[in-house]
Amino acid sequence: MGIKNFFIRRKSREIAKDRLKILLISDRVNCSPEMMEMIKTDIAKVISKYMKIDTQSMEIQIAKTDSKGREKTPTLYANIPILDLHKNVN
Amino acid sequence: MSEVIVVTSGKGGVGKTTTSANIGTGLAAMGKRVVLIDTDIGLRNLDVVMGLENRIVYNLVDVVEGKCRIKQALIKDKRHSTLYLMPSAQTKDKSAVNPEQMIKMIEQLRSQFDYVILDCPAGIEQGFKNAIAGADRALVVTTPEVSAIRDADRIIGLLEAGGFSKIDLIINRLRYDMVKRGDMMSASDVIDILAISLIGIVPDDENVVIATNQGEPLVGNGTLAGKAYQNICYRVTGKEIPFLDFERGVSFWTRVSGIFHKN
Repeated sequence: MGIKNFFIRRKSREIAKDRLKILLISDRVNCSPEMMEMIKTDIAKVISKYMKIDTQSMEIQIAKTDSKGREKTPTLYANIPILDLHKNVN
Repeated sequence: MSEVIVVTSGKGGVGKTTTSANIGTGLAAMGKRVVLIDTDIGLRNLDVVMGLENRIVYNLVDVVEGKCRIKQALIKDKRHSTLYLMPSAQTKDKSAVNPEQMIKMIEQLRSQFDYVILDCPAGIEQGFKNAIAGADRALVVTTPEVSAIRDADRIIGLLEAGGFSKIDLIINRLRYDMVKRGDMMSASDVIDILAISLIGIVPDDENVVIATNQGEPLVGNGTLAGKAYQNICYRVTGKEIPFLDFERGVSFWTRVSGIFHKN
């Protein structure tokens, strides 16, 4: 168990980096995690009308198009796995 | 051509005052005329870090209120004849001064000094606004911790909104042993996240505490932190100095301490 934990444990450096990246994006665009969650549910609702998607593993995030500089326009990225592209719509 | 530099961070306790004291002292040691201004009204610290707490007669608020001339409030440093300190008031609060008064005072100081260094209080309220009002450039101090970096990001945003074009980052208290273990963000991690230019990395060094105890900035002495501050001073004056190779320093130190641990 101890050895397993040693290999599985993510380095706290990586955890800190990931947390900050997400935190600062919402700080900078003044967009709360709750609002992001609402946007995510709404997007899922709309897409679901046309195709079957995996709502559990879909991800959305706001990122800068260019990592250099702070003045770039933020862009909303949505990563939505499609389960069935040809879901029959009505 | 004089330059007015504000040292700020957002979060408290990351080393603004120590950084201000060391940069001021380091620049004065290069022969520059420097004045350090403690803008933390109500919680003055820069005087003790500089070891000048016993010489205070007048302070920043007295100057602003016209109770004394600027010259009367300036305390000459013990070691460097071109270094002066303008202490803050301990008994007033932040509302005793406003940004216009700061700008006016700094304009008068510009003619007498090469560098005016403002030690900013923590937070983003009145004290922060006073400190940045008359500054040309900013040095943002952070530690490689989530909370300090978040606050630094907020401060950088506010500085950019305030029209600052020259903002540089100082990463303080970096522990290379922890970075190597994967338990602390490295300097490049922090730079990646904050996306501003780096002007210095100061390692976590117990000599900083010792220096503060003694009231003597350690810039330029043989310690790792002293060297790091010295390099920051050179970079502030525009010289290109490569970043210290602490990695090697650590492995050397690990080797030395390894010898002792074996015995």
